[in-house]
Amino acid sequence: MTVSPAVPKSWYLPSKPHKFCPGCGHGIVLKALGEVIDELNIQDKTIFGCDIGCSLLSWNFFNCDSTQTHHGRTTPVMVGIKRSRPELVTIGYMGDGGGYSIGSQHLLNAAVRNEKVTLILVNNTNYGMTGGQMAPTTLPGQKTETTPYGRDTDVTGYPTKGPEFLNALTQDDAYIARATVSNYRQLKRFIKNALRNQIEGHGFSFVEVLSTCPTNWRTNAQQTLHFLEDEMEKYFPVGELKNPLGKGDK
Amino acid sequence: MQATIGESKKAFMTGNEIVTWAALAAGAEVMFGYPITPQNEVMHYWTRLAPKYGREFLQTEDEISAGFTVCGAVQAGKKAFTATAGPGNVLMQEPFGMAEAMRLPLVAIIQQRGGPSSGTVVYSQQEVTLTTFGGNGEGNRMVYSTATHQEIFDYVIKGFNVAWKYRFPTFILGDGYQAKMREPLTIYEPQDRGIEMVSPYPLIGKAGSIGVDREAEHLCNIYSLEEELYDVVLQHAEDYERIAPEIIEYEEKECEDADILIISHGVVSRAADDAVKALRAQGIKAGYFRPITLRPFPQQQLRDAIAKSGAKKMLVAESAYGQLYRLIRQEIYGETIPIEGLFMPGVGIIDYDIMNKVKSIL
Repeated sequence: MTVSPAVPKSWYLPSKPHKFCPGCGHGIVLKALGEVIDELNIQDKTIFGCDIGCSLLSWNFFNCDSTQTHHGRTTPVMVGIKRSRPELVTIGYMGDGGGYSIGSQHLLNAAVRNEKVTLILVNNTNYGMTGGQMAPTTLPGQKTETTPYGRDTDVTGYPTKGPEFLNALTQDDAYIARATVSNYRQLKRFIKNALRNQIEGHGFSFVEVLSTCPTNWRTNAQQTLHFLEDEMEKYFPVGELKNPLGKGDK
Repeated sequence: MQATIGESKKAFMTGNEIVTWAALAAGAEVMFGYPITPQNEVMHYWTRLAPKYGREFLQTEDEISAGFTVCGAVQAGKKAFTATAGPGNVLMQEPFGMAEAMRLPLVAIIQQRGGPSSGTVVYSQQEVTLTTFGGNGEGNRMVYSTATHQEIFDYVIKGFNVAWKYRFPTFILGDGYQAKMREPLTIYEPQDRGIEMVSPYPLIGKAGSIGVDREAEHLCNIYSLEEELYDVVLQHAEDYERIAPEIIEYEEKECEDADILIISHGVVSRAADDAVKALRAQGIKAGYFRPITLRPFPQQQLRDAIAKSGAKKMLVAESAYGQLYRLIRQEIYGETIPIEGLFMPGVGIIDYDIMNKVKSIL
């Protein structure tokens, strides 16, 4: 008897195997998202939108209607779609550069307006696609192509804590969480809650996912996990900051 | 869709108010906007009228967002539009580029203000280059330059139709004078004039079950290989060139025997029209040519006017420092007629300005 590997029904198989680097966390996030789309049975009404950067490689990842835009602009495109067709489930997928830097004004204003979209932001502490430059999330002292001697907080400030600032901007009907690819079951639960929060009409839903980038971190498997679990998770606390669905739904 | 105007009627309105009524009559379902003078009253009227007709509005955080929310809305199948000016037009070049790349039926009203930079909030014709060829693309846009309030109404309605029929971003290029002044016009329901409105349709979020009734849509504007992009851009260029003859509009008067052709666009062409009449009364054979579409440009029609008139000179009059002039030169490359310019960037031009210039160069 052969057992096929479990592939979410909502994945678009002709685009597999996917194009992310070995060891990259995007595949884990997108697997969790695919399983959630299946479990919520929303494949036919999902609009998946991706940004520029590594997240772009997911433009044909799902067997769902998908669109793609410029760096940082996924949020307004998804807002335009959701406001036009509230029955659709809109998922914006972006990196830390797109969300917290070039698209930060869109992100914070969408949160303030309680736009009923779900945004998933993958935080790997650098700009991966462009070759490993400093991101808003680069840790103090971390070496990148534009901080070759380590991030100097006197010069470039401290890492952006996205869920924390969005938590401060939103009301009780928003869903705000930070997950990590090191805890798959929790990651999937947070993504599911974020989508349910949109589907049930509560409001803005946001999940930051701590992820890995061994290519640009120049780390082996052990070092990669160490950086994620011991460095990143220490600086960026994992958990739900706001969950309007109630404790019983977790 | 609910009737908005009802019986055709005379009106005395500002240009911005007319934009709103025309967008309502054209069936526009949602406007995304950000405040900038001199287009603000488009939003002011829209926010008052839209709820009465079940239409939507969102004031976004900036013009970049206004443009991209329009891109999202039209992908979702809604007739959506925005309005802007000056530095806002600069910021919107990014979403306009996406609309060009993905063939999105985006409609934007541009009420030109003075430039460069913040310039003035009043008036100019300095957004010609930006509106026709802005962005990192090839200028596959449709740009109508209006001259009267009746035209604002007519071309806003037409703009929605050509955008959804041909799927290139469409611009109604006005200016602060047209935006703010009042003028009489007739407003009407498009169907009462035999104008059939093109229905919008979704590009994503379509009906039916994926894998059963239809395949999933994967829209994108970035490509892995040079050749992939090359094929897309060539296809767009071919489509644009094929439809251009159906889009091109122009106006021509007294060119048959003209010694001098006066070329202008937008509100300046009204001064040119008066100047041609006055010059003719004084025995100077002047002719009038006005491109209504700046993209695509009526280049063959202008070449024909030059040829049939046998004019000795051409004068380009504009409230900019040569933006229309450069556009014309590239469009009629090879013509040997000397071209003079009356460039008055950011200020209005009246018939006397044109008449005096003509007399100085003939």
